[in-house]
Amino acid sequence: MSALIQSTPAAASTEAAPEKELRPPSYWPFVVPALVVVLAIIIFPWVFTIWMSLNEWKVGSPTTFVGFSNYLRLTSDPRFLEAVGHTLVYTVLSVVLPLILGTLSAVVFHQNFAGRGFLRGVFIMPMMATPVAIALVWTMMFHPQLGVLNYLLSLVGIPAQLWVFHPATVIPSLVLVETWQWTPLVMLIVLGGLAAIPTEPYESAQIDGASFWQVFRFITLPLIMPFLFIAGMIRMIDAVKSFDIIFAITQGGPGSASETINIYLYSVAFTYYDLGYGSAIAVVFFLLIVLLAAVMLYARQRMLWTEIASGA
Amino acid sequence: MTPRQIIGKIGLWLSVLVIVSPAILFFLWMLSLSLKFEVDNAAYPPVFFPDRIAWKNYADVLASNRFLTYFINSLIVTGSATVLALMVGVPAGYGIARMAAHKSAIVILIARITPGLSYLIPLFLLFQWLGLLGTLVPQIIIHLVVTVPIVIWIMIGYFETTPMELEEAALIDGAGRWQVFRHVALPIARPGIAVAFILAVIFSWNNFVFGIVLAGRETRTLPVAVYNMISFDQLSWGPLAAAALIVTFPVLLLTVLAQRQIVAGLTAGAVKGG
Repeated sequence: MSALIQSTPAAASTEAAPEKELRPPSYWPFVVPALVVVLAIIIFPWVFTIWMSLNEWKVGSPTTFVGFSNYLRLTSDPRFLEAVGHTLVYTVLSVVLPLILGTLSAVVFHQNFAGRGFLRGVFIMPMMATPVAIALVWTMMFHPQLGVLNYLLSLVGIPAQLWVFHPATVIPSLVLVETWQWTPLVMLIVLGGLAAIPTEPYESAQIDGASFWQVFRFITLPLIMPFLFIAGMIRMIDAVKSFDIIFAITQGGPGSASETINIYLYSVAFTYYDLGYGSAIAVVFFLLIVLLAAVMLYARQRMLWTEIASGA
Repeated sequence: MTPRQIIGKIGLWLSVLVIVSPAILFFLWMLSLSLKFEVDNAAYPPVFFPDRIAWKNYADVLASNRFLTYFINSLIVTGSATVLALMVGVPAGYGIARMAAHKSAIVILIARITPGLSYLIPLFLLFQWLGLLGTLVPQIIIHLVVTVPIVIWIMIGYFETTPMELEEAALIDGAGRWQVFRHVALPIARPGIAVAFILAVIFSWNNFVFGIVLAGRETRTLPVAVYNMISFDQLSWGPLAAAALIVTFPVLLLTVLAQRQIVAGLTAGAVKGG
């Protein structure tokens, strides 16, 4: 036994020796420049944000260390709490709607038809286009008197809406833009999933005379679930952080009806220049995103377990 | 073709039409707005095909000398941020893939989750201390927050799929690490670099939030310039839509031309900065 233990390191070193000759210096020099950049523009801001959040830090006045009081202030800031609510509503809608529409679109794009590549390029244009430019056109389309959307509604007999100009409809209207913009990303991810599905289950389903809906519900959907989960996760991260569209169309208005955490963070940091408090919001905001991601992972795990338990 | 197949074909084309039309109709309406005189843009019911075409909307936008400045600013910021990101990110992706240092990619995932504004607060202060505000340098540097993770992420994925045999053969022949990278790995990775380049250009070009804080009157990029136009002349839709279309046109063109690369890149990493 002791001989075995003693011989192991020696054997390992003789084995590793010839390999070492084949493995000259190391790959570190390739990584160092990027490491410096990442440290300076990504890691440094993270650390510095945490430090600032512990200080009373306003542009133009001296800073003082205040411990966790910025965080305590958050718990009794009605505008922040309201923003959390807006963010959650906005996020849930902006995840669910693109997931449904994106999956349906992927099923269509999975078929073979002429001009498929080109039309796929057209289909993904909304998510690649400059968000501010798009927001500007949507603002014109939402215009209550001259906007084309109210005209289209009038064609089918629906009364004119105030869209982003009314507190009750502003978030659904922004979600409409977000859904229009990001359904293509879900479509692409699910389309990748569809391409990876084997054909056998479909063949046997056809022999058994399953309907289109049955095939989708019991074969396609379970098989693309991992891809839907990834799409949902990415969508959640982007929707929570959504800024350009909301800022350019409503700036959080009317009043504060569409003020999400990100928009509120912007005003605190760069309208009031309250950088300490803004940093605290940024930290809590980041933790909230991590929490949401953890909840989604947990839900997915639970789903897998119940599937195994039920023998599916 | 049996009747059933014909119905299936018609159904397929109808569904294609339904899912593509929101994108097509939106951009056609954008084009229509940008080519109409104010009378037509303010008409109700809306005019889809105007009798007279207002080319002057485009002429007005392009003729204003500021717009040219902002266009050049955008070119400089996006160009520099993309080239710098490729210079550090391509070797890094190579190194990480060859060392199989997958844990380091976690930094990139966390960077993906972090809200863009939380980079802005500390870097804004840093640029202020360094006296860089008022130049394009802060925007070039902060756009690296967008471009560097995209490039590293895509290049890790790409170098992992390229074969090692050629590199090993070159090493045995006595080539150095750097030579192997430069003459063996890099040429093979060209398609991956193209994907990284295209996505970095698009997400940097589109970026708005960094510019709105860091740009001064002379240093605006196009998205910020267009946003500022909204607040100034809310009512002249023609020139506004024309400006919006000019800003986003390069990206739309790239999307249709390089859709294969974009799809590959987005489904591989789905990395978006900010």
